[in-house]
Amino acid sequence: MAKKHIWAACAVVGAALLLVGYGLQADEFTDKDVERWQGEFMSVVTEGRALWGSPSLGTNGVACGQCHPNAANTHPETYPKFQQQLGGVVAFRDMINWCLMNPLEGKKLALDDRQMIALEAYATYERRGVALEPGKH
Amino acid sequence: MTKTNLNRRDFLKGAASVAAVSAIPLSTVELAFADPAKNFTFAYISDSHIQHIKGSRFVNNWDRGLIRSVAETNLLQPEPDFVMFGGDLAQLGTKPELDHGAEMLAKLNYKTHAVMGEHDYYLDLGEYWSELFGPQWYSFDHKGVHFVVLNSILTFDEWTYDRWPTAEQRMLEMAALDNPNGSPFMVGETQRAWLAKDLSGVAKGTPVVVFSHSPIQKIYKGWNFWTDDAEEVQALLIPFDDVTVIYGHVHQIQYNQIGNISFHAVMATAWPWPYPRAYAQAESHMPKITVPMNRADPFFERDATGWQFINLKTGRVDMKYNLYNNSDRTVAYNPETGRPEDSKYQAEDDRIPPQTQY
Repeated sequence: MAKKHIWAACAVVGAALLLVGYGLQADEFTDKDVERWQGEFMSVVTEGRALWGSPSLGTNGVACGQCHPNAANTHPETYPKFQQQLGGVVAFRDMINWCLMNPLEGKKLALDDRQMIALEAYATYERRGVALEPGKH
Repeated sequence: MTKTNLNRRDFLKGAASVAAVSAIPLSTVELAFADPAKNFTFAYISDSHIQHIKGSRFVNNWDRGLIRSVAETNLLQPEPDFVMFGGDLAQLGTKPELDHGAEMLAKLNYKTHAVMGEHDYYLDLGEYWSELFGPQWYSFDHKGVHFVVLNSILTFDEWTYDRWPTAEQRMLEMAALDNPNGSPFMVGETQRAWLAKDLSGVAKGTPVVVFSHSPIQKIYKGWNFWTDDAEEVQALLIPFDDVTVIYGHVHQIQYNQIGNISFHAVMATAWPWPYPRAYAQAESHMPKITVPMNRADPFFERDATGWQFINLKTGRVDMKYNLYNNSDRTVAYNPETGRPEDSKYQAEDDRIPPQTQY
């Protein structure tokens, strides 16, 4: 009996330690971690900035930045929103794809394409600090 | 209103043989003057950005903008005395682009003058453009008005001559509007000295109209809505009673009044640009009196582009914006307030939702 109790006590203490340990791991991140994560994000923003000015996304040499310097007048903070010409409520990525297919005369990207995420990261970064207003025309 | 209707009828009469007459956005042309000998009109086409793909292929979207402006300008009644082309005929300054653009402009039925834009210049420093269009700065007199054309898109010698390994790279660096590797535009000492001399023979009561590609005022440096020596150029213009500066580059409606100088921007035929206030990360100095153009609807390829019909009946500019796929606008000098004003939307209460730019 005594042996059984000891094992049970050990199990409870062990589980508690595990939980506490797990909790500590989840909650604590260092300045260095934050710096690394921000660096990862900014590397994708930089990739997006390069794509934004690149003639390679379409077929006619036109780049996003020709009409949208600093990604201005793209308004990522207003999506999802009703876009009457697309017939419904769409995401910012749908509008990027519309531009790729029309003014750039190219093919649309998959919504989870790395290039799409980079374009979205860049345009959204240029709009940082502006309040979210989903649905705003 | 009767006058406007009459004018529209006159215009329609002039264009009666054209099947597409209902599509032509020229319903507000005014032509009745007290002393017709003193009055004249001219048209202004700008920023066509003809872009070569390869071989005989060019970006169709930009081609259509210029072709349409030329076709419509040729239908004007009364005929304009001349046409100004306001710069950025090409996208990357190449021979194929300049040739293709010049060929389209050659279809104009009127004497055509041209202004140098940065997209025409920074590949070969304006050499081929000058072969096609002549000097980069000059003046001429027409019916009592002194016209001056400036090349306002020059920059520091070090940037132009020493910084870039190839001419192609120099062109690309200047062509990207928001490129931090770009450099501020300027008229420069040589032209300012020439301008001072040119104006020294002009009576102070003579209306002076200056054509430049960049604004001869400082709006937003980040996109070169800016001329670095704007104040020095303005100082040369201040002694004259009636001065107007008309500029391209910004692809949007802008107007301003600084002292005796009225400023008017013209639309592009290629594509519209955002107002600087739409860039959330920078401060800009947009003229407070400007009522913005309508926000562009990208689903209409030609929306927020167009060309201008300019009336100089008082020695001041009366600017009609002929806007494809949108309502036309008129911005005219108001002698009572001493500044350009929109004929319909100037008062805060008269503005419409699409004019809110954010």
